[in-house]
Amino acid sequence: MRDQRPAVILLVIFLVSGILLVKLFAIQVLDDSFLKRAESNAIQRIVDHPYRGLVYDRSGKLMVFNNPIFDLMVVPREFHVGDTTKFCELFRISKEALIEGFTAAKNYSKVKPSPLIKQLSTRDFARIQDFLVDYPGLFILTRSVRSYPSATAAHALGYIGEINGGQLERDTVGYYSQGDYVGLSGLEKYYENELRGKKGVKYKMVNVRGVDKGPFKEGEYDTISIAGKNLTSTIDLELQRYGELLLNGKTGSVVAIEPKTGEILAMISAPFYDPNQLTGAEFGKTYSKLNKDSSKPLFNRPIMAVYPPGSIFKIVQSLIGLQEGVLTPNSTFACNKSLVACHNHPNPVNLFGAIRNSCNPYYHQAFRQIINREVSSNTFKDTEIGLNAWRESVLKFGLGAPLGIDVSGEKGGDIPSSKLYDRIYGAGHWKYSTIYSLSIGQGEMQVTPLQMANLAAIFANKGYYYTPHLVKAIDGNPKKIPAKFQEKISVGIDARHFDLIQDAMVEAIYGTSARAVMTDLVIAGKTGTAQNPHGEDHSVFIAFAPKDNPKIAIAVYVENAGWGGRAAASTASLMIEKYIRRTISRPELQEYVIAGNFIY
Amino acid sequence: MKESEVQINRVDWIAVSIYFALVTIGWFNIYAVVYDSQVEKSIFDLSISSGKQLVWIGTAIGLITLIMVADYRFFEKLSLVIYLIFLLILIVTPIFGKEVNGQILSIGIGEFRIQPGEFAKFATALALAKVMERPTFDLSKRNYQAIAFGVLLIPIILILLQPDTGTAMVYFSLLIMFYREGLPQWYYGLGIGSVGITLLALGVDNNLYLAAIIILVVGGLIYLGKKSWQRILAFSLIGIGLIAYIYSLDFVVSQLPPHQQNRVMVLFNPDLDPLGVGWNVTQSKIAIGSGGFFGKGYLEGTQTKFDFVPEQDTDFIFCTLGEEFGWIGSLVVIGLFVGLLYRLVIMAERQKTRFSRIYGYGVISILLFHFVVNISMTVGLFPVVGIPLPFFSYGGSSLWSFTVLLFIFIKLDSSRASQLGRIS
Repeated sequence: MRDQRPAVILLVIFLVSGILLVKLFAIQVLDDSFLKRAESNAIQRIVDHPYRGLVYDRSGKLMVFNNPIFDLMVVPREFHVGDTTKFCELFRISKEALIEGFTAAKNYSKVKPSPLIKQLSTRDFARIQDFLVDYPGLFILTRSVRSYPSATAAHALGYIGEINGGQLERDTVGYYSQGDYVGLSGLEKYYENELRGKKGVKYKMVNVRGVDKGPFKEGEYDTISIAGKNLTSTIDLELQRYGELLLNGKTGSVVAIEPKTGEILAMISAPFYDPNQLTGAEFGKTYSKLNKDSSKPLFNRPIMAVYPPGSIFKIVQSLIGLQEGVLTPNSTFACNKSLVACHNHPNPVNLFGAIRNSCNPYYHQAFRQIINREVSSNTFKDTEIGLNAWRESVLKFGLGAPLGIDVSGEKGGDIPSSKLYDRIYGAGHWKYSTIYSLSIGQGEMQVTPLQMANLAAIFANKGYYYTPHLVKAIDGNPKKIPAKFQEKISVGIDARHFDLIQDAMVEAIYGTSARAVMTDLVIAGKTGTAQNPHGEDHSVFIAFAPKDNPKIAIAVYVENAGWGGRAAASTASLMIEKYIRRTISRPELQEYVIAGNFIY
Repeated sequence: MKESEVQINRVDWIAVSIYFALVTIGWFNIYAVVYDSQVEKSIFDLSISSGKQLVWIGTAIGLITLIMVADYRFFEKLSLVIYLIFLLILIVTPIFGKEVNGQILSIGIGEFRIQPGEFAKFATALALAKVMERPTFDLSKRNYQAIAFGVLLIPIILILLQPDTGTAMVYFSLLIMFYREGLPQWYYGLGIGSVGITLLALGVDNNLYLAAIIILVVGGLIYLGKKSWQRILAFSLIGIGLIAYIYSLDFVVSQLPPHQQNRVMVLFNPDLDPLGVGWNVTQSKIAIGSGGFFGKGYLEGTQTKFDFVPEQDTDFIFCTLGEEFGWIGSLVVIGLFVGLLYRLVIMAERQKTRFSRIYGYGVISILLFHFVVNISMTVGLFPVVGIPLPFFSYGGSSLWSFTVLLFIFIKLDSSRASQLGRIS
């Protein structure tokens, strides 16, 4: 019995050691939660936020930059104020504010920094810099906010703001984290990936009291931040500001495009706001104020507002008719006012005269020939086939669907197909007499100002366009912009058909909008009037100039300003002069537009 | 001189090698604890623990030399004297000692301080060996049991007065030595049973369940066995006693000082208060658990280096090993301890005198208890008791006392040829 006892003791030794090894195996090898807890204990991940890319205008003038702001931070444990009165004097802070800020900081953490004075100006920063060394536990944290030196083009540039929950969820690669700033609209949103740069990460070790113990593994896992790419905008800053001067106090849009490239020279949405208001600490307050404003200053009209195209659409009808062979320059129709109302002009007119005089009955009759080709003996069926074929031709002009500009929120407008009328009237219950309003750009069709400006560019280019866009180069390289903006798109109309159109547009100005005429610069334009059931009609005008070798195509919408020949044509004419001549020779016209009394 | 030459050849080099292996690994671990990559200091720097520990190691080697050149008879002859001297020091320690955190553990002059509670271990083992060496001494007899327990309990009581519960518990490990020397097995059955009941009572929230189980078991035993009234009475009394014990435990625990109460509660619920009472165990488990299979590499541990684990160079030194060398490192160190203990059992069994054998089992008992309880506490298997890991933990008293404890036995073992066989 007793002889077994040494063996029992050995057995106990092996048994308890075995238990220890099994327990150690369980927590060291099988359970990896301890590793994560160890990391969260001792390793702090510090994100190094890169500078967001800058935005320049087409001539290299700065439009958006990062303005440093300075927060005075305090580490409560290290901070010794000494003479409170002297401190308050030096830092220009009241005693109460000091106590309040310090208490808040202390309640947050004794060893981690908290802001004591937020958003010091550069001048205050320079002033207190020298005193800082006397106060341990104080340091300056530099952050940056977006800043807009010329306070213009708010809608096109957009704004940045804190990322929201939905955006975080969609961020499947895990780049963003709570509290990050992202582009929420305009170029800031569209070019987010280019502008944001690349975040850097530093891993540093901290001990149990949170004191910095140097980089983790000598910084082996650290990455340095890479600043965002700079954008060169297509915007002509001077033209943009001039457009905002003209549209100030009005409601409407101006879109100016360089026809040969699709580059947007100016894009004005009125009413507008100062983009500097939507930055930094004021963002939330300003945003909700602007959002509640009944004049909808946040609404980006050039790409979001939709109107019937009106008389301007007659040019598209002419081009489709010519291309299809339904019309020739000599096609003549009587101005039969029993079909649709018109104003007094020489009668009958050929195609040139129809455009020049914007003759409604002409297009009523011409459109019937485009639609009803008698491919079917059933007139209802024939209309349906004709409408859908016509719609295909219209869509090629960049209408009826978003063009794809590099600003989010673009609307596509609407070009009706047979399906719409089937839904309204029932299949087989509608024919040409139901849809004839389309002939003069009224009825169930809608377009955006941007699409109208693009239309002007198509007329200027004699049949092609580039998708309008706001950025011409990324980091100075024009090839880096999205490929779709470098692709020439044909509208399917032979160039020869445009000569007559362009001539008629030049002539039309003399008839309908004499104010837009300039003696030494040939402008081709067309007025339109978008009918508004809620009040005065909207004044619409598109144009391009100079007629030979066009440099600018433009669409102007001024809401509730009546006839297109006044507000819109005058604005467009001034914009064209400003862009091509860089100076205004008609101060009285400028005054007329700025004053804004267009209804008389 | 001739005699000592013979003895050198008889020194058990396996045990000595394991000792030096453990001391060396321990020393490197102490450096890992204090290592700071920002203020790089040499492992020999006397301003940090590793440098000081090297001094302790050097002086420990001096002690080893003294023990090895001394006459083996010295330890047997003077065992009771040594025992009495340390009892005396234990008595005066609370009077002249230095108070730290309500405990008076050390005594000394100026910088030179020792913890008599540590050294009294080998003194008690020596005294028990001396007392029990007589062939007539039979632990199955009551009067001899009383003598043995008397020698054991005196230092325990004195140490509890300091008060140092952890060190006092170590002395109970000598029950392993008593087991080898013939203390009846029912003592151990009773002991293990009562510990089991106690753990159950503390661990199970509702004592009613335990009481119900006891009533069922006792009732079953009465029903199945012979139904004499003595038997029924005895079983009933045992059952009532157990139930009373279970219910009184909660009261006893509530009477304990709060820090000891908490240590007990944390054992059953480690997540009870991870930032407060559970901090030590939680952080210790994080440090060890984050080591993984191969560890983070020497000096790469973040948990112990940055002070997340308290008392990391002394009682929680195993955390550093577990974090930086992983499970493999734990296996090696536990393997070394098991190897040493195994070797000591072999050595104890080959002794010719009962004195040497009893002392050998005293060494085995104390080392086994320290090693198992210390590591168990770092992984949350045992309440936090402040006892060091032998040969590893930083500190002179600890290293010296374990060195003396071990090498007296190695000396006795090396001299076994010259000892008179009096084994029973």
